[in-house]
Amino acid sequence: MGATHDLDHRGRAWYVDKLVQVVVFAGGISAIVFILGIFFFIFLEGIGFLLGPFQFSDFFGSIAWRPTSREPTYGALALIAGTASVTGLAMVVSVPFSLGAAIFIGEFASGRTRETLKVLIELLAAVPSVVWGFIGLSIMNPLIIRIFDVPVGLGVLNSGIILGLMAAPIMTTIAEDALKAVPTSYREAAEAMGASKWQVIWKVVLPAGKNGLMAAVLLGVGRGFGETMAVLMATGHAINIPTSVFDSVAAITATIAAELGESPVGSDHYRALFTLGILLFLITFVINLAADLAVRGVRGKK
Amino acid sequence: MFQATPLNERNRRIERLVRALFGLMTVVLVVPVLIIFAVLSYNGLPAISLEFLTAAPADQGRAGGIFPAILGTIWLVAVALLASVPLGVAAAIYLSEYAPDNWLTRLINLAIINLAGVPSIVHALFGVGAFVVFAGMGKSILAAGLTLAIMTLPVVIVATKESLQAVPQAFRVACWNMGATRWQTIGKVVLPNSISGILTGVILVVSRTAGETAPIMFTGAVAFLPFLPQSVLDPTMAMAYHLFYISTAATGVPDEIRYGTALVLITMVLLMNGASIAFRARLRGRKKW
Repeated sequence: MGATHDLDHRGRAWYVDKLVQVVVFAGGISAIVFILGIFFFIFLEGIGFLLGPFQFSDFFGSIAWRPTSREPTYGALALIAGTASVTGLAMVVSVPFSLGAAIFIGEFASGRTRETLKVLIELLAAVPSVVWGFIGLSIMNPLIIRIFDVPVGLGVLNSGIILGLMAAPIMTTIAEDALKAVPTSYREAAEAMGASKWQVIWKVVLPAGKNGLMAAVLLGVGRGFGETMAVLMATGHAINIPTSVFDSVAAITATIAAELGESPVGSDHYRALFTLGILLFLITFVINLAADLAVRGVRGKK
Repeated sequence: MFQATPLNERNRRIERLVRALFGLMTVVLVVPVLIIFAVLSYNGLPAISLEFLTAAPADQGRAGGIFPAILGTIWLVAVALLASVPLGVAAAIYLSEYAPDNWLTRLINLAIINLAGVPSIVHALFGVGAFVVFAGMGKSILAAGLTLAIMTLPVVIVATKESLQAVPQAFRVACWNMGATRWQTIGKVVLPNSISGILTGVILVVSRTAGETAPIMFTGAVAFLPFLPQSVLDPTMAMAYHLFYISTAATGVPDEIRYGTALVLITMVLLMNGASIAFRARLRGRKKW
């Protein structure tokens, strides 16, 4: 009898240990709970619009976003075009520079230079988006007016450049990680064959790291896509299909930010804004999933 | 002994060219942050005074100071940290110390990546739907702080997980062999050895939280408040939202005040961020294993 009792080590420490295990498990699954919660709540508020005034062809085919007119219309095409044009220009500006910077920091720079550059990139990422928006309004706007002799400096160009700078740090960091993940033995093998440094990078490192680089670009697109304050302040926020880089546009995110405050809770307008939120959520979900798969592809092959 | 062949010469020239080109690209990326800080300082410094930092705004933000906004930002950051740090550290402990390599763990990691990628305005919509309306908190520090907490949770988790995993496995094994339970090992060995890394992450989260605008503008931040918030159920002014308000909606605000507000905000954020970076660099140099 006594022997079995001695073998049972379930003292206070054992129960505390089990309790902690439950607590940290709850913490662990909280991320899943929140993602589902976000989807649930924006869906809950948006469902009334999706089942009511929502018409697929109007929503995605019409540029008439007039939620406050007497006969409201909800055409989100111009908003989608606004987001796409700004994010597109941002990527055109930002992708070459970010990948170039990643290659320079990862392959050429060393020691103090490398550390300094990495810190500066990190500080670039730290600038709050409302400060970027302020820069767009107060610094870039007059600059664009003066340089290009246009009446308004707020538009695709202004916000594209700002968004490019905002998306650059994440792309540079992830791309540099991708380059770092390429095994040194690959480089050594190529160098042993007499390849120059540039040949090693171009023929060996970049092809080997291309999935990671793709993930970097995807995350940059996601960042640009979801940016709100800077885009709201620097695009001029006019609902419009842009025909030139100087045109003002309205992005999906910015429209939500600009209109949510003035739409009564539970109204069609309010629900339509949540529907835009569902759209944003789904698109960024797909982008993040794709980026994750791209990175996993690299790991799977090793 | 070895004569460089013309091909070698050519390769070397290409390499120098490429190096210069990529170096230039890097400089183009990092120079703006320096220019921004210089321009904001040049235009904003004249506005900064003790009065600016300690007085309430007057005349719709056209005069006076920004004290209620600074105080509000501190409130919001405090509430957000109180919620996100315990939860994030628990999640990181689970992922680093307990989680088996199975589908659930992969799902958790996927959820964390997605939580980090959700646009800030969608977090705002969630905050409105879940906290302001559904939970009935109204526009309040609590609702805004919780929204910020969920938004920054992935940063806490990732930073904490990294510092937990930096503790060598041998430390844990040694402790288990002494008969310690998992939690005793974590509490006595793993956490004490990674606490500075966790703090580094927390400072980073403070900096991130203080600069956010979109998640708070419908959940707790207001343009003007005649009184300072007395409890977490009051709405509040906040630095980021104040800057947004005086640079867009308000008219006739002197440039000096706008730049001054932007300068204070960016200084708060960059100081925090710089502290986190410096802290991390020191840690790396001090590691004994």
